[in-house]
Amino acid sequence: MHRLISTLLVLAWGLWFGSIVMVFGVLFVLLTVAGLLVWFERRLLGFWQDRYGPNRTGPFGLLQTVADAIKLLTKEDWIPPFADKPVFVLAPAVIVVTVLLAFAIIPFTPTIQVADLNIGLLFFLGMSSLGVYSVMLAGWASGNKYSLIGSLRAAAQMLSYEVFMGLSLMGVVILAGSFSLTRIVEAQRGLWFCVPQALGLLVFANAAVAETRRLPFDLPEAESELVAGYHAEYSAMKFGLFFVGEYLGITLISAMIVTLFFGGWLGPWLPPIVWFVLKTFVLVCGFILLRATLPRPRFDQLMAYGWKVLLPVALVNLLVTGALVVLA
Amino acid sequence: MKSIIQALWIVFRHLFRRKATIQYPEQKALLPPRWRGRIILSRDPDGGERCVACHLCSAVCPVNCIALQATEDESGRRYPEFFRINFSRCIFCGLCEDACPTYAIQLTPDFEMSEYNRQNLVYEKEDLLISGPGKYPGYNFWRVSGVQIGGKDKGEAENEAPPTDVYRLTP
Repeated sequence: MHRLISTLLVLAWGLWFGSIVMVFGVLFVLLTVAGLLVWFERRLLGFWQDRYGPNRTGPFGLLQTVADAIKLLTKEDWIPPFADKPVFVLAPAVIVVTVLLAFAIIPFTPTIQVADLNIGLLFFLGMSSLGVYSVMLAGWASGNKYSLIGSLRAAAQMLSYEVFMGLSLMGVVILAGSFSLTRIVEAQRGLWFCVPQALGLLVFANAAVAETRRLPFDLPEAESELVAGYHAEYSAMKFGLFFVGEYLGITLISAMIVTLFFGGWLGPWLPPIVWFVLKTFVLVCGFILLRATLPRPRFDQLMAYGWKVLLPVALVNLLVTGALVVLA
Repeated sequence: MKSIIQALWIVFRHLFRRKATIQYPEQKALLPPRWRGRIILSRDPDGGERCVACHLCSAVCPVNCIALQATEDESGRRYPEFFRINFSRCIFCGLCEDACPTYAIQLTPDFEMSEYNRQNLVYEKEDLLISGPGKYPGYNFWRVSGVQIGGKDKGEAENEAPPTDVYRLTP
């Protein structure tokens, strides 16, 4: 009896320790990746504009992020007197926390996954909805009309695009028969969902760009009209958190697209983690290419595109998928 | 849709283009010979100062960054006692070079004049004078002008006719 208990304790401690290592390992890797992405995006944008981008600090300019972080940390952390202080301070944290929480359900490989929830997909959608609060509250608490306009746009844009984002994923759920991301990846062993769910992929990719407020759908910050939109009043590391949140968001959305449509870790010859990282990397490059190429639409064009094009496409995709699954 | 994909493809191809950037401290930009950069004072082929301290450069200077004072040596040649250019004011317009009647003041293809201390941007004559003739190798003002100086009398300059005796009646 005594022996059994001690064995159980060791086992429990091992599991607990394992999951702690997993959580901190994933956190460490993600934050490093977000930092590197800042550098990587600037380099890549540079190349696409016939420049070099930052290549002076450290080898290939790799330490640029470190330099930026030091600058942001040592800058004056200014809270405007007209701001709503507690909300103003809290808002940037919310976006980072929600995005990091959403990473918990991503299956990087069959073994590396923080939490295999059976409603993983819903958890992801819920977390990305909560992310709206960050942007909305940041603009609202800033007490600045440009920030307010930015956050109003963010609220309208993100809430509308969330609708098609959810709908476009239901086709995948119907095909896989589960909300668990591991099950969804396993269901793609024969054929990646990007083929039968091409329309879903299209709608999801569009909604994803709008959801991460990336160019061309970066109307909430639209520098040319709104100074810097919802984060116009932010400085120092609070501003830095919005940045980290944005780059984590790109990584999250790319990882989600890989998991849902491109077979996650599945692939021949190479180990699973390599496949996952490779696919995510290509999609991140795609996000940056979008930013390098496309101009920003007007706000009414953005909304019209969402409600008049993406919503019908998502609904048709869902109907046809459902009908085919029922018939087959 | 087609145009968007075309645009993405065009932008992507720029990855393999030659970069427009010149990596400055290691690579230098190719400056044209008539580049308007750091101002110098040149000497004539014999090694004498070209500047005759006529004040035209300082008069034409739109930002009044040139200061000089004229004086004369024992042979009767005018030269600047001091010649001072404040490069923290200079706008490198080149009007001084245009105004100079003796090709003394010239602008050169050099822009690397940064200083930590603003005072160091005030160049005195010894900073400005170079040892050569600059852009006009063969030119010597005192040899072609009709001004009388020590060692060169009236009528002895190049292509100069001997002076007319104004007291004679014949032409």
